[in-house]
This record gives sequence, C-alpha cells and structure tokens, in this order.
Amino acid sequence: MAKDNGSTTASAKPKAKKNGSAKNGQHPTPLLDELEGGPWPSFVTGLKRLRESKGKQYAPMMNDLLGQLEHSYEERLGFWKGGTVGVFGYGGGVIPRFSEVAEKFPESKEFHTLRVQPPAGFHYTTDILRKLCDIWEEHGSGLIAFHGQSGDIMFQGCTTENTQKAFDALNEVGFDLGGAGAAMRTSMSCVGHARCEMSCYDEVRAHRSVINEFLDEMHRPALPYKFKFKFSGCPNDCVNAIHRSDFAVIGTWRDDMKVDQEEVKKYVGKVGRKYMIDNVIANCPTRSLSLNDDDTLEVDNKSCVRCMHCLNVMTKALSKGDDLGVSILIGGKRSLKIGDTMGTVIVPFMKMETDEDYEKLVEFAGEILEFFADNALDHERVGETIDRIGLPAFLEAMDIAPDPNMINHPRTSSYVRTDDFTEEAEKYFKRKAEEDEEGKKADGPGVSIAAE
Amino acid sequence: MSTDQEQPSLPDETGVPDPFQYMHPVLKENYGNWAYHDRLRPGVLHHVSHDGNEVWTVRAGTQRQMDVYTIRKLCDIGDEFAEGHVRFTTRSNIEFMLSTPDLIEPLIEKLTGEGFPVGGTGNSVSMISHTQGWLHCDIPGTDASGVVKSLMDDLHQEFIKEEMPNRVRITTSCCQVNCGGQGDIAINVQYTKPPKIDHDQVGNVCERPAVVARCPVAAIRPAMVNGKPSLEVDEKKCICCGACYPPCPPMQINGPESTKLAIWVGGKHSNARSKPTFHKLVAANVPNNPPHWPEVAEIVKTILYAYKENARDWERIGEWIERIGWPRFFELTGLAFTKHHLDTWHGARKSLNASTHIYF
Repeated sequence: MAKDNGSTTASAKPKAKKNGSAKNGQHPTPLLDELEGGPWPSFVTGLKRLRESKGKQYAPMMNDLLGQLEHSYEERLGFWKGGTVGVFGYGGGVIPRFSEVAEKFPESKEFHTLRVQPPAGFHYTTDILRKLCDIWEEHGSGLIAFHGQSGDIMFQGCTTENTQKAFDALNEVGFDLGGAGAAMRTSMSCVGHARCEMSCYDEVRAHRSVINEFLDEMHRPALPYKFKFKFSGCPNDCVNAIHRSDFAVIGTWRDDMKVDQEEVKKYVGKVGRKYMIDNVIANCPTRSLSLNDDDTLEVDNKSCVRCMHCLNVMTKALSKGDDLGVSILIGGKRSLKIGDTMGTVIVPFMKMETDEDYEKLVEFAGEILEFFADNALDHERVGETIDRIGLPAFLEAMDIAPDPNMINHPRTSSYVRTDDFTEEAEKYFKRKAEEDEEGKKADGPGVSIAAE
Repeated sequence: MSTDQEQPSLPDETGVPDPFQYMHPVLKENYGNWAYHDRLRPGVLHHVSHDGNEVWTVRAGTQRQMDVYTIRKLCDIGDEFAEGHVRFTTRSNIEFMLSTPDLIEPLIEKLTGEGFPVGGTGNSVSMISHTQGWLHCDIPGTDASGVVKSLMDDLHQEFIKEEMPNRVRITTSCCQVNCGGQGDIAINVQYTKPPKIDHDQVGNVCERPAVVARCPVAAIRPAMVNGKPSLEVDEKKCICCGACYPPCPPMQINGPESTKLAIWVGGKHSNARSKPTFHKLVAANVPNNPPHWPEVAEIVKTILYAYKENARDWERIGEWIERIGWPRFFELTGLAFTKHHLDTWHGARKSLNASTHIYF
C-alpha cells in the first residue's frame, strides 16, 4: 500500500487539496485515511469527526492529534513522553502525556488520560453514557475508550489545566479514578450473575467489596509494584484472571454437577452418539464422563475438575452444583521481569454465600496485599516474590497449610532438607481430622437441601 | 475541610460504581437466577432464567477508541431498542439486551446499517484485544488501533459468522510488556536491537540503579561516558526486551526499522478441557508496516485458516497443535522453524521433548 502512494511529497499534495487543508489548516493524513474504508468501525473517522466539530474546544486539539498520529505512521515511532499530572487528593489515576513534537502540533501538546473505574460487569444506561460524553466534550478531547486492558474507561486527551475539572465533573456523577503505577489497579468482573448461568458467586459484590475496601492503595500508590484483582464467575475465566491478575477469584463448586437426563437424551438425539462421544465424552480432561446405553450420562464427580467444557456444550442439560464458592490463584503476570507466570492455586475453595464469606474474602485480600507491601522488592510482582522465596515460605508467612491442589505433582528434586517431615505429617493428619469433623457438621444442612 | 477558595475539593472516593443502577431491568430481576442459554444466530444470545424469564442479547463490534458522536449513536440505538441499557464485553463489543425477540431483526438491521458489525459470539473471531500504541502510549513500538482496524476489516466475515472450530481470541501488544495479554494468536512487538543510549540525557533523566535492577539479564551497568554519569549495555548479553526503556527513555529501544512484530499462537485463558496456556512464538522479524501491516495479516490468516480447515470441533488453536504436533503445524502453515523457537529462558527444559513421541 505504501508503494501505491509513491513518494511522500507526491501523495501529500493532492491529498492536501482534497482535504482542503490549505483552507482550514487541517493536517493531511494520507496514511490514516487508508484506515477509513473497510467494514470494521474506523477510529480514524471518529477522530476526524472530532476535529471537524465546529466551535468545540477540542477541535484544534484533535486536528493536531491526528497530525501527530500521522507523523507516527510516517516515522514508525511514538512521540509521547510521561510526566507528572494528577488531581488534588490522589497520587495516581491520571496518565500524563506530553508531546515530543509539540512544536509541530502545539494544540495536542498535553494529551493526558484519566483512567476511570467502570461499574462492575460494565453495565451502563444510555443516560449515564451521555453524561460522560457531555463531560468529556466540555473538558476533554471527546475521545473515550470502552475499555482499557485493566478495565478502565479511558478518557483520552486532556490538558493539564482541565484535568481537575474533568475529574470533578466525573466524580460528581459517581465515577472515581482508577489505578496507575505501583498501586492496586482497576479491577474487572465478568457479566456473571447478571446474565450467565455458569456464574458461581456474586461477582459484583466480590468485586466492589474487595476493591472499595482498599481504595487507599489505588489512589495513593505506595506498593512495591502494581497489584491486580480480577473476578471471573466460573472456570471459563472470561476476564482472563489467571493470566492477568495477581489475585484471581474464580467461581467454582464442590458438590456434584447437575444432570438433567431427559435433556441429555434430547441432546444425544439431536447431535447423534458419535458427536456426543467425540465432542463431550472424549473431551473431558479427567475421563469423568461416560455415555450409558440408554443415552443418559454417567458422571464421576470425584474426578471432575469443573473445567466447564461439557457445561459449555450442553448448556441446558448440565449445570453447576449447589455448594458454590471460589478458587483463588495468586501471582499471574506477563513477562517483566522473570518471565510469564500464571496464578497458582493458594485457596482451592472458599465458600461464597453468606455475608461472612464475602468478609472473609476481603480479609484474605487484605492479608495478601499486606504480605506484598511488606515483602516484595521494588518493582517485583507478588508472583515473583513467591518465586524468589519459594511457595513453602509464602504459605508459612500467610499461615496457609500446603494442599495437593496447589501443585501439578510433588517435587522431583531431592534437594530438600526433610528432618522435620514427621512433624509436618502429623500436622497434616491433625488437619485432616479437623476437616473431617467440620465436614460432618457442614453436611447437616446439605442433606436437608438434598431431601427437599 | 479547607476554606481556601483556590483549593479544589477533596475527591469523593466512591470506588467501583454500583452497576445495579445501570443494569437492564430483566438482568436485575433475574440476577443470579439464570438457568441456561443458547445462541439463535451469530451475535445473538438467548438466556432463560429458572423462573422462565428470557432475555435476548445482540452483540456488536466497536472501534473501542470512540468519539462522543459514535457513543451517542450507540445510545440512540440503545434507547430505541434496548430500553436505554447497554453493556460492554471485555473485548470492547457492545451488547444490547432485549425483553422481546421481535426486536432482534430490526436491531441487527439498524446496527449493520450504522456500520457496527453484529457477531463476536460462540466460535467466531471476536474483537481483537486492543492496547494504546502510537495514539497514546509513551513506549509503543507500533500502533494498536491501526493493526486492529486493518485485521478486523480482513476478518470481518469471521466476526459475523460462527464458523471456527472454537472461539478465537486474537491479541495485539505494542511492546514486549504485552498489555494485550495471551491469545490464540498474538501479534506483539519484538525489538531486534539493543537500546540506543543518549548519554547526555541518562544522568539527568534516569534513576540509574533502578534501571540496572530492571534488566532481566544483568546487561546494564553504570558508566561514565564523555565525563557524564550514564549507563552502558553489554550488547552480547542484551536480549532486546525493552525493559530499560520505560524507566529510562534516553535508552531508546524503538527504531523505524529495528522494531519488528512477532506472531505467537496457542494462548488460552479458559480452563475448559485443557488448563490455561501461554502463547508460543511461531514467527518473528515481521515488518512493522503501517497503515495495513499486510505481512502480519497474511501470517495471521494463514494460521487462522489452517486451523479452521484442520482442527476438530471445540479445539482451540493450542489444543489443535497439541494434537497434530508442532512439525505438522509448521508444515501446514508453511512457516519456518528456527533455533529462535527453542526456548532459552529459565525453565526452558520443560518445553523440550524428552520422549520418543515423534511426529512423522
């Protein structure tokens, strides 16, 4: 495509004429113009609409923004640098951007982003969206992203002077800044309870309870590095919590999955036995499924790991159990510095039903944050801290007992000192005995529910 | 608190907004009480509650970076069809919830007419996860909006149809920090040259010990250059990751030619069937070629259509390769296998084949 344009000067001239840039001072954007065609909605067309808004305060800014972006497309380099911009009372949440080519594009020399926390589950009324648009039209650039990779609504393009005004107006309609830098970051939760039968806990409640409890860690960055929470209602993990968060809360259940055998038969009747066996039975990762001769389904629930595959395929016939809660995995992050890590199971199951259960989740989140603040090195994510000190030391610090659900397999290396193995084994048996005792008590109400 | 007129008021630290004030009434009434769902056609979900209540959802793609006019247009559509309520997915698609199926077809017609493709559900290629790039990032090697727009133009048919073996999640990232995350196919900047250091600036701009500590391979050390305190890089050790660039902008990692793109495959977030996986490198040194990145698009489409043709139902790209083996993957896609595909980072041994399980 670049070849078709010929030399820059040759292509710039006719384009300039066509766009009438000589008249109204609009930067020609021949490279960006190529991104206006095609069936997908074009951000370039949107940016142009903003610069062509007559009488709007942001029109000149957006013209220079387009000019700078075109310049990036020509030079294949970015031209923004950071700085320090904020709002009164907060230490983070604004991403400062100053142009390195401001002499050419002076109107967009300051183009800061306000990161704003979204409602849990990303629900909006058109009324509130219009209010957000009005605010950004008055104080910002008119460009908003729904949403950034951490979940923030990103109000992109604000002068230093207007940053406080824009925030005050957003704050007035019930929105608050998100996280940036070495801080607790903005969180996200899946649609969950609001519109999904797979959802195993109240994601809105968990998301809001945890994040709103620790806002100080978001607004006044004082952690060693970033810390992210994410909330997925089931192991399909639609908000990518295991890969992308330090603290992943994933819904699950402990009892048997539910099977509507009549619906199973209907499904087999519809798709055929071969499809059923190839796509449901054979895809079970722990070989827990078997198709009976009468086209009903046999489930070995003790071996089921709730991967969700069969529930995803047979949404009507199969569903989650009744004993609902969450698994918590700690330490997911991308490359810097030790390489990618996924979260590790630290809490195999935490019941998530009563007020006390949700309080317990918040309490546990606080303990992990405290551990992170006290023990991580500068610019170290909690997964890296665990890697550095070893999982046993982390568990000891957190007063959590080791559990075989935390591992793929036990160690294969003999390089370990085991002289207190017997004492540790005794602790394990004692713990098991206590759990069995609690289990018996907990079984009480479960039995009565089953008898209904 | 303060009587000083000049001082702004302290923020109201409201945190995460309560979504119930914005939630569609049918979703609110049936919160936590959904029984099952099905998909009536690509882009349309149908959920039924335990009480027999129903809601229909129409999903459409957006450009994510939206001007207020686009947002207001979507609001108008939401007012006309969806009782003034919408939501967004994690991949920047917009969803309109309907209390009656009668409005599905008119809504689809309206959205399509206004240029918002309807789809992104089930076994489709959904919207590409999108980072900031040249539009707003301070360290980008490429543009995200442009790559996403170009690719989604190309993959539009795969968004509006559900013809893939399973869902396909494509991601982009403008530097090796990889804000776009893991993907079935990931298009990420891969730097190819060590940083070019502006020694006049380092001493003024960078906290040198912090920069030294940031390097994953300990290739940076403090040095005096031309009588000024600066940093130097052992270029034999340097892995060109760019980790030093954010804390020290005078260590420029990007170059118009040296910043390349790499393609990765087989990342998966979900726990369905197999455990979550990271994506793996399959092609590097792909030119960073705006405004259409045609070389990227060609490789992505080659991988995507090899998968579409060869994978079994429900296999994600990584699971498909797990079954057919890497030799067959490179054969089917015609991509080169090189020494750079052999991992050399910590734990690399776990990625090597220590068996006689060989594909011929």
